Amino acid sequence: MKLLLNGEEKVLADGISVLDMLNALEIERRGIAVELNREVVPKGRHEETRLKEGDTVEVIRMVGGG
Amino acid sequence: MTGDDTFKIGDRVFRSRLMVGTGKYKTNEEMIAALDASGAEIVTVAVRRVNLDRTKESLLDHIDTDKYTLLPNTAACFTADDAVRTSMLAREAMDTDLVKLEVIGDEKTLFPDNEALLVAARILVKEGFTVLPYTTDDPIMARKLEDAGCAAVMPLAAPIGSGLGIRNPYNIRIIMETVSVPVIVDAGVGTASDAAIAMELGCDALLMNTGIAGARDPVRMARAMNCAVEAGRLAYLSGRIPRKLYATASSPLDGLIG
Repeated sequence: MKLLLNGEEKVLADGISVLDMLNALEIERRGIAVELNREVVPKGRHEETRLKEGDTVEVIRMVGGG
Repeated sequence: MTGDDTFKIGDRVFRSRLMVGTGKYKTNEEMIAALDASGAEIVTVAVRRVNLDRTKESLLDHIDTDKYTLLPNTAACFTADDAVRTSMLAREAMDTDLVKLEVIGDEKTLFPDNEALLVAARILVKEGFTVLPYTTDDPIMARKLEDAGCAAVMPLAAPIGSGLGIRNPYNIRIIMETVSVPVIVDAGVGTASDAAIAMELGCDALLMNTGIAGARDPVRMARAMNCAVEAGRLAYLSGRIPRKLYATASSPLDGLIG
């Protein structure tokens, strides 16, 4: 299935969970946050939250800034 | 600084009145050394997308989160909606209710869009955030932000990264008389004297990034800013002498030879 991840089109396994997506992309879960269709997905729900075709996902971290 | 001269943001008590950003350093090592030299307890960070190209180094691998209170910002947000979303993501990522709220109105000046700022501030206060809004040096706006429940107000000294120093010290003074929450001067500090002037006005704290990170020797400048903030604060607490046009002798006039 196709979805939009951080502004890029990505092909991922059908019905993949947020947790499995992060693992597949080798993104460490410390200090990150995930937003699915403009709503934050809390860390405690990464495993149960499944993605679907056409979803818009943002994964953010902290960087240097003022 | 004397041990009991502290200020509060929400329920948190801080001793250092210099807050610093973590952007624009040449290396992480330089940033860490500058943070250390600045004496800051609060450091700002920004929210950005994770790189998907497997370059996964995290800022948090470098900053000691036991030593510093991290203050996420909403830099480069141009709408209230983006600023609220960014704040929500920062809270989830950092497990903090603190946010330095920026809603930028214009790319050239990076001046705040105060109308959108107020909208975002009200939403975030309702959501339980401790909101520190970056605003223009407008006392009326500062009052509205305090009324909205913000934990501090952060009027700019001059445009972000401009190094122009405090352009309107009178407005900063009026803001301090207008609100009872801490006044943290944010943005525009170029060198140590600018920092000292801000603190001599009596503002509670100062936030800077480019003034340190952009200096030729950032670590030394961080130390200079640390000293300047402390000197300015002590001068403010000490009560300066009034300005007079003519001289007053400092040595006694009695007992002169002749």
